[in-house]
Amino acid sequence: MKRELLFVLPSTFRDEFRIQGFRFGSGEKSIAIVGAMRGDELQQQFICSQLVNTLQDLEERGDLVPGHEILVVPSANPFAMNIGKRFWAMDNTDINRMFPGYSLGETTQRIAAALFEQLQGYRFGVQMSSYYLAGHYIPHVRMMHTGYEKPELAQGFGLPYTFLRNPKPFDTTTLNYNWQIWETQAFSVCAGQPGHIDNDSARDIVSATLRFMALHGIIKCRTHPGYYSELQLEENLITVKARRAGILYCLVRPDESVRRDQVLARILDPYDGSVRWEARAPEDGTVFYTPAKPLVHENSVLFRIIPN
Amino acid sequence: MIKTVISTELPVDEHLLIRKNSLTGGSGRKRICIVTGTHGDELEGQYICWRIGELLQSRLSELDGTVDIYPALNPMGIDSITRGIPNFDLDMNRIFPGDPMGSMAENTAHSIIEELRGADLVIDIHSSNIFLYEVPQVRINQLTAGTLVPLAEKLNLDFLWVHEAATVLESTLAYSLNSLNTPTLVVEMGVGMRITQSYGEQLVTGILNLMRHLGVWKGDVPPLKEGRTILSTKGTVDFINASASGVFIPLIKHSNHAEAGQLIGRIVDPLHGTVLQDVKLEKPGFVFTIRAYPVVYEGSLLARVYREEKA
Repeated sequence: MKRELLFVLPSTFRDEFRIQGFRFGSGEKSIAIVGAMRGDELQQQFICSQLVNTLQDLEERGDLVPGHEILVVPSANPFAMNIGKRFWAMDNTDINRMFPGYSLGETTQRIAAALFEQLQGYRFGVQMSSYYLAGHYIPHVRMMHTGYEKPELAQGFGLPYTFLRNPKPFDTTTLNYNWQIWETQAFSVCAGQPGHIDNDSARDIVSATLRFMALHGIIKCRTHPGYYSELQLEENLITVKARRAGILYCLVRPDESVRRDQVLARILDPYDGSVRWEARAPEDGTVFYTPAKPLVHENSVLFRIIPN
Repeated sequence: MIKTVISTELPVDEHLLIRKNSLTGGSGRKRICIVTGTHGDELEGQYICWRIGELLQSRLSELDGTVDIYPALNPMGIDSITRGIPNFDLDMNRIFPGDPMGSMAENTAHSIIEELRGADLVIDIHSSNIFLYEVPQVRINQLTAGTLVPLAEKLNLDFLWVHEAATVLESTLAYSLNSLNTPTLVVEMGVGMRITQSYGEQLVTGILNLMRHLGVWKGDVPPLKEGRTILSTKGTVDFINASASGVFIPLIKHSNHAEAGQLIGRIVDPLHGTVLQDVKLEKPGFVFTIRAYPVVYEGSLLARVYREEKA
């Protein structure tokens, strides 16, 4: 393993901003893995740290297959993480909305450009990512529908679901989208909530990533076979929205099967505790997403359900 | 007449309210919408809303049509000095045309589009951010320049910037409305968290002038500014970014012509007492953006300069 300084940016009032990379093996640029791009992506950073640890162990045992290069970048935004901010602390811009970056542009465009230069040319690109709705959800892999994607590859992670997303205009500046455009098969692997570390799901994601690498002959590693990952179009998810605001009293959890018309949650009046509204399942299906916050606004997304 | 156009329940005894002041006079059927407050840290538009509202209410007999004034598309952001929508990650001006089945913010964006579509003109007023000071200008996507430049020229501003199309900008309010054949002009002026009254008065005059051009205003229009409005298509816009991280000291005011080689600012290091970068113009031009917030990193935008020479 080689620990490398991939990018340095001086700061007037703080230490240098540094992006560190951990490179294993040499030869074909087989896989690049990126962790925290936002300051609250602790889970993503933790997963990458565990991967670096495991890959070091595999290297010592001679279980990295020769001819493959692996790059792991646990954090692209330590400055935000160190002060409890989500985005670039100076101007609140999101590095993951700046790709492919611009080396002569604004600061976060330069960070994205420098990072993207290091991440280009790999056969596979994995971004440990947080789901765009904060809450609890079934761990899954996401791919952008760009015309270049091969969703069957994503199923090789062996996570329960693989989602294909039709990009919206703001998606076109994400790492995942640009990786695809630059001919890397890109996957966003989503697990955990912002600001938290969940050991169980982290272990599952480390296993899924090792499984994927073993499947493609990058490492020698025996993991359990995982799930037969079901491919879903994100637009097919059923959204249940709050018709009233209040305190959310949730009655179901992710991965739970629900029947049409089953009560999923009650929204309570925050003053007298009366039930303002009951959220019911519009179809039979599996709960994919539930919110983490106990307060809900009218029209906010309460549940996403995978229809049967 | 004050109307609530969007009301969304919040958890504890409050509603998110988006309101407008709808002023109608005469028998004209045209509708002009003045919208602002998409970004909670941009306040220049508040002055315009107040001045236009006050002026029209006192001279309704000279109005021939409807002017709808929306001071706050993001009221919770303005109230909490938050650029975006509190509790929501994305910039509100990156989620249009919205989605009725999306999050609360996307749902609100959808309702705003439904409210504004069909207007004869929408003027969407922004004031940069806290980092940059802008001369009064209109920004127009080159895809809609043919329709919008003749209207923008009536707004009495200093600069019309016709910029290239970018996919990410397709999610702005203006792009969405223009796509729906609702002509929408984006005004940028001043700086975040502040009100520049002289710019406000300049734009109020311009709005009256444009209303008169459209037949919505029968009253007089104060004298327009002296000097021509610069149109960017005749030249090139240069971006000047910081080459060092430090503290920027401007040595020129915005809205100034500067010569080749002229020092427009310095980046200094307060700890070591040194100058890190002398910021000079390579070619002469009109400085229409200048850094307002002093702390910079490598790459921070320091100035935008227009020069009458094709790149």
